[in-house]
Amino acid sequence: MTAATFELRGLTAAVPGETGAVRLVEEVSLSVSAGETLAVVGESGSGKTVTFTSALGLLPKPGRVIEGQALYNGTDLLSLAPESLRRVRGAQIGMVFQDPLTGLNPVFRVGDQIAEVLRAHLSIGRREARERAVQLLARVQIPDPARRVHDYPHQFSGGMRQRVLIAMAIALGPRVLIADEPTTALDVTVQAQILDLLSELREEEGMAMVLITHDLGVVARQADRIAVMYSGRVVETGRVDEVFRAPRHPYTISLFRSIPDLDAPAGTMLAPIAGAPPDPQRRPSGCAFAPRCFAAREADGCMSRRPLLTDEGHAVACHRQGMLEQAA
Amino acid sequence: MTPLLAVDDLRKTFGGGRALFGVPAPAVRAVDGITFTLSAGETLGLVGETGSGKSTLGRLVLRLIEPSAGQVRFEGKDVTAASTAGLRALRPRMQMVFQDPYGSLDPRMTAGQIVAEPMIAHGIARTEAAERARELMSRVGLRAAMAGRYPHEFSGGQRQRIGIARAIALDPALIVLDEPVSALDVSVQAQILNLLAEIQSRAGVAYLFIAHDLAVVRHVSDRVAVMYLGRIVEMAPRDALYGAPRHPYTVSLLSAVPHADPARERAKARIRPIGEIGSAAALPSGCRFHPRCPRARIVGARGGETVQAAGAQLPRVCVQDDPCLTPADDPGHVAACHFPDEA
Ligand SMILES: Nc1ncnc2c1ncn2[C@@H]1O[C@H](COP(=O)(O)OP(=O)(O)OP(=O)(O)O)[C@@H](O)[C@H]1O
Ligand SMILES: Nc1ncnc2c1ncn2[C@@H]1O[C@H](COP(=O)(O)OP(=O)(O)OP(=O)(O)O)[C@@H](O)[C@H]1O
Ligand code: SF4
Ligand code: SF4
Ligand SMILES: [Mg+2]
Ligand SMILES: [Mg+2]
Repeated sequence: MTAATFELRGLTAAVPGETGAVRLVEEVSLSVSAGETLAVVGESGSGKTVTFTSALGLLPKPGRVIEGQALYNGTDLLSLAPESLRRVRGAQIGMVFQDPLTGLNPVFRVGDQIAEVLRAHLSIGRREARERAVQLLARVQIPDPARRVHDYPHQFSGGMRQRVLIAMAIALGPRVLIADEPTTALDVTVQAQILDLLSELREEEGMAMVLITHDLGVVARQADRIAVMYSGRVVETGRVDEVFRAPRHPYTISLFRSIPDLDAPAGTMLAPIAGAPPDPQRRPSGCAFAPRCFAAREADGCMSRRPLLTDEGHAVACHRQGMLEQAA
Repeated sequence: MTPLLAVDDLRKTFGGGRALFGVPAPAVRAVDGITFTLSAGETLGLVGETGSGKSTLGRLVLRLIEPSAGQVRFEGKDVTAASTAGLRALRPRMQMVFQDPYGSLDPRMTAGQIVAEPMIAHGIARTEAAERARELMSRVGLRAAMAGRYPHEFSGGQRQRIGIARAIALDPALIVLDEPVSALDVSVQAQILNLLAEIQSRAGVAYLFIAHDLAVVRHVSDRVAVMYLGRIVEMAPRDALYGAPRHPYTVSLLSAVPHADPARERAKARIRPIGEIGSAAALPSGCRFHPRCPRARIVGARGGETVQAAGAQLPRVCVQDDPCLTPADDPGHVAACHFPDEA
């Protein structure tokens, strides 16, 4: 196996709470190689965004990483001085943030905002930066880019604004692109266009790509590997085809059962997961999924011990693994 | 049998005419001639891209906003012409649930007060209304003891349940559900969809179900209508619409939905509408889908009578004549396309 371009090892990030540190994400380990797409899925609040903001040193204070490493080509980003980290972040690792409103400034022209990203990292003049901005808009398939660089963000549709954000994230030719819910706010047809664009960019530039999403359909379409998060931890990870064919963690299994399928016979009842995920401040002492788990059993340690991720290709964090498979 | 709801050539234009700071605001034809019926106990799913007029249509049906033209008849009565008193009498029979479980509940009222409010407004005594509110809350899967809590003390899914309890309080015959599960996680979404199905099977209420998730709409609907820039461009019983769509916009919508099945996803041929979402402020001539229509390009390339438009040779009819909803061979299936038989 080729060495991972980007790898998290046991990443744990916390914020101060009333009764000590609240761990937002715990012992997260995952990796992604050049040319590969890793999808990170999980319900709202499971820690998808925090995992990557904290890995890149972007978790707002007083939040901080208390354990673990974030390796880019073997270098731990968390050991870098702020200025060097900022350089790596801009030039080597691009991120498309979840909230598109924060990504673009409404009072500046789109072209100037892209040019600013370039000039912050490269010693190039205004004119050259502007020319490159036009090329980048063309790269993300914005029609008539030479004219559109002069437009303001509000003159762009939602799908076009998302393309501009992607253009900014790839402006410096990063080797890793992290896209946080890049299509969630978009219509299905526009979503499909953006996903096509991301695939093309990944192939042509050979980038390693992390795609954060809650849409299992998007994962099936786009990703090579998947990491499923629940309550701050990765609970299952593996190749997309394997995990979709035979999900092993009870949470992943329940997730598949709760989505309406375009092909299921009409009128099938959905099987929702009862209850809601725990607040990070009040995680149960055993497995965080235990209160909602159809397979939980006291005797196996579900209520007392935290299950750790196994060490295989298709890895699962569940005390009842072997037993579940026997039952199935 | 008269349908529960009959909507006839309904229209709503926003803005236009009046100049704002000297720049005349373009008129937005948000709902541009819509006709359909809904039977008692039936669910009509309404899909379409953002800005296609789904929410505006839902609000017009309940007369939460005034139409520019057209008629809505509900249980035989003309909603569009109803007086204030007449409308008040109709209100309990037609209700709405909104998308945003955070913004649509009054933060200063307790859950019990929110659910009881329409009953009190309708003349039910306070104590009785409070008692029924508690019953309704347990009906939608909340504990009656939660009646004293405020909206911020509930999760998103729980808030949506409060909205539903309020909507069913007066035993309505019709509920317009505007994206009721879009803001929720899939696990919670499934809870709400099951709840809605259960209420319908017990109370026989009809739903106008607005959503952008085509799998969700297929799951809940008896019939489905697809909107594009203020019009219904296709409407059919669910299986006909998903199995044999006739309008190219419906075809591209369905082809864009990713399935949770990696093998199929990778093998799938994709049909994309060209370019970006259209605008109801600048409606194209002829068929409003022609600037983005893949089918018009295929038909145009085969020859026949074509004209140059939207960067291609397109059939003249597509660019010049506005197609109307035309029935297909299968019952109840209508589509607004000059070439509905092209697959
Ligand atoms: N700056 C912060 N301070 C304190 N808690 C935070 C902070 N940022 C996030 N959290 C909490 O950490 C947990 C994980 O949040 P995160 O934003 O990573 O979730 P997510 O999986 O990205 O969810 P979504 O799908 O809604 O974007 C949540 O419980 C959230 O409330
Ligand atoms: N009060 C209003 N004033 C002016 N224009 C409006 C108003 N309400 C809606 N519109 C416009 O009417 C059109 C239809 O809007 P509507 O909200 O009905 O669409 P929708 O299909 O519900 O979209 P979405 O999927 O984004 O909710 C849009 O162009 C919108 O900008
Ligand atoms: S460890 Fe126990 S509670 Fe947790 S997922 Fe496995 S079976 Fe369920
Ligand atoms: S009428 Fe022409 S442009 Fe309109 S949908 Fe049909 S083929 Fe496309
Ligand atoms: Mg997030
Ligand atoms: Mg709407």
